[in-house]
Amino acid sequence: MRVGELGLIVAFAALAAFSLLVTAKAWTPEYAFHAALFALGSVAAVIGIFKRYGARSAEWPAQEIDGKPNYNYGPIKFTSTIALFWGIAGFLVGLIAALQLAFPALNFDLPWISFGRLRPLHTSAVIFAFGGNVLLATSFYVMQRTSRARMAGDLAPWFVVLGYNFFILIAGTGYLLGITRGHEYAEPEWYAILWLVVVWVVYLLIYLFTLAKRTEPHIYVANWFYLAFIVTIAVLVLGNNTEIPVSIYSSKSVIVWSGVQDAMIQWWYGHNAVGFFLTAGFLGIMYYFVPKRAERPVYSYRLSIIHFWALIFLYIWAGPHHLHYTALPDWAQTLGMTFSIMLWMPSWGGMINGLMTLSGAWDKLRTDPVLRMMVVSVAFYGMSTFEGPLMSVKAVNGLSHYTDWTIGHVHSGALGWVGFVSFGAVYCLVPWVFNRKGLYSLKLVDWHFWLGTIGIVFYISSMWVAGIMQGLMWRAYTPQGFLEYSFVETVDAMHPMYVIRALGGGLFLVGALIMAFNIYKTIASPEASEVPSGRPELAPAE
Amino acid sequence: MANASDPRVDARTGTPTTGHEWDGIAELNTPLPRWWLWTFYITIVWSIAYWIVYPAWPGIAGWTHGMFGWNSRTAVVQDLQELKTMRAAGEAKLSAAKLEDIEKNPELLSIARAQGAAAFANNCAPCHGAGAQGAVGYPNLNDDEWLWGGKLADIQTTLQHGIRWDADKDTRSGAMPAFGKDGTLKADEIKNVAQYVRSLSGLPNEGGADLAKGKKVFADNCAACHGDDGKGNQELGAPNLTDKIWLYGSTTAAIENRVTVGGGGQMPAWGDRLDPTTIKALTVYVHSLGGGK
Repeated sequence: MRVGELGLIVAFAALAAFSLLVTAKAWTPEYAFHAALFALGSVAAVIGIFKRYGARSAEWPAQEIDGKPNYNYGPIKFTSTIALFWGIAGFLVGLIAALQLAFPALNFDLPWISFGRLRPLHTSAVIFAFGGNVLLATSFYVMQRTSRARMAGDLAPWFVVLGYNFFILIAGTGYLLGITRGHEYAEPEWYAILWLVVVWVVYLLIYLFTLAKRTEPHIYVANWFYLAFIVTIAVLVLGNNTEIPVSIYSSKSVIVWSGVQDAMIQWWYGHNAVGFFLTAGFLGIMYYFVPKRAERPVYSYRLSIIHFWALIFLYIWAGPHHLHYTALPDWAQTLGMTFSIMLWMPSWGGMINGLMTLSGAWDKLRTDPVLRMMVVSVAFYGMSTFEGPLMSVKAVNGLSHYTDWTIGHVHSGALGWVGFVSFGAVYCLVPWVFNRKGLYSLKLVDWHFWLGTIGIVFYISSMWVAGIMQGLMWRAYTPQGFLEYSFVETVDAMHPMYVIRALGGGLFLVGALIMAFNIYKTIASPEASEVPSGRPELAPAE
Repeated sequence: MANASDPRVDARTGTPTTGHEWDGIAELNTPLPRWWLWTFYITIVWSIAYWIVYPAWPGIAGWTHGMFGWNSRTAVVQDLQELKTMRAAGEAKLSAAKLEDIEKNPELLSIARAQGAAAFANNCAPCHGAGAQGAVGYPNLNDDEWLWGGKLADIQTTLQHGIRWDADKDTRSGAMPAFGKDGTLKADEIKNVAQYVRSLSGLPNEGGADLAKGKKVFADNCAACHGDDGKGNQELGAPNLTDKIWLYGSTTAAIENRVTVGGGGQMPAWGDRLDPTTIKALTVYVHSLGGGK
């Protein structure tokens, strides 16, 4: 038995014993349930390692076979498919939440499925479960291919992908049971975060060790973005979870920041979760999959350098624009706003590099719906990253803040950019890592593309109308100086927009279900690709 | 056009690549788009200018206050001052006018209705409904039936001190006893009196109750507040039971429940939440909804 296997068995056995102790002494049944899940997961890990030990050969897997890197695709297969499962679950919960807003009776007076618990379940499922698994899958793929080296680690990649999904399970069930820190996009409690930190450090180490043993002279741009994502998310999570548990037998913790400092740290975290998880990470995807699929060189190496560093430097300042006209000091609001404005062009650098890479290959958009999906995602990226700086301007924010315009903005980024670029990448990735000739049906991809696009347009245009109407109604005064509308009238006025939004979300969900069917048929088809990669042979690196 | 056979030049665009390739992906060495670079510079220059004008950078013991000393707290105070100015003329007239005189003067009435409608929508509509139509347990304010009196002065007192609002010592009090819960009346007595109450509004006798016995129960227990004829008493907030207006519904179950558990709804005292002029405006607004006495 290898040292790593033995060490992990010991560690997991200890964790199982400790979790059982916590299960027995937990203050609440919800926390006992989570401790029991930790115990079960640890036991499953020990059994899994033993079974793998019995089945594997004595030698380490070859680094190269016939002079070509022996890429490790197992963890990628797992994450690229489970991402779809989480995605559909997350879209479905989002649709239910949207319907609850339009028809509150759908809360059914049940605490577990009330809007307040479903909303964080939706956001975490789509961002961290769907988006996170897509990032794990694509980063593990891109990192190996562009380094021409097998992924570092033997059990470590499996520890990362299974451990991350276990974190998702703890976080999601916690919301339904009412366990939350009450910080937006940072709801999981201290013990889930501790576990995530361990997983994340191993993820970073795998990435660094793989890059270290690369056989290419330079590090490809996609890897810069993935690394920025991994490193910054670690910093953000640690900063926004500086908390002290009430007891190891309690799920509750108390954050050390208080008042406006807590708010500032929260939105420094929250905005950069958008900047480094949903932007930098997915730009990493864009920089590999768009040129690969279009079979064209990246438009501008110089632009990629400048916009990368500008983006990294500027994004981290922009958080205060979430707290305009609050107790946050004016100077901090000014900095948040101006850095958001300066962020406009660095963001668009990514859009230019994505779109212009197509120059000389625009005709492919007619025949390849996968490429079309990714190109439209880049267009949505450009639109959202213009809308974002616009909304950060205090005068605009005075109208848009606290309205559904914000929700529309988030979803043009989330459905249009993150969703579509993820779908495109998974459509590329699955035939490559499962060694299939191609997708089961391009026609179904076409259906997915159009249903998704129409769904997004319904979603964001209804939220623009709802948000701007709401903002204008809130601030409308009669000539005598009295409020024109009561709050409940503004809620009533938005009802039709809420119904249209739910319709848009429903179309997006149907598109994703079609994708799941298509991916399932692709994997199930026995037609193996003849060229292992499913693509033309590559020219050797220079 | 560069030499297309040179592997370091992209044949379709004629642009040189950087010379590296990763997994088949090359990178063109295209210069930065000029418009992109200049827009980036402009946003930087604009930001620097903004920092000079507005509060921007923190130091050890303070922060840069900008050219005009602008800050959001002063801005809010100014906005509120403007609002006060907007309202000042109407407010002055309204506060000077006597409550009884407002409805006689069309200008005063329109000011009171405008202010009253806004105050109603934000404070009263959650219970009484956006159109003052009421709900079960919350009276309809459009009809001419009043629990505590429908004259201007009555409405003003109700608004000022609330109903069964113990924090206000002048609140309207008086609640129906829980005849069933405290054992004063037995089940069959409740059944009979409930049907008798229904009969006062001409509703049919359900379940074959003895109306004569019900009338006796009513006279012994209910008439003290609701009156011998069931027409109620506004001094005590006892509703008129003969007018076919039902606060909690006219079904047998609803009436039996009222007799069993008694009590009554609550309304907050608005005197310490709204200023006297707003209360005045609300009084006129509610009075003018249709049923003012």
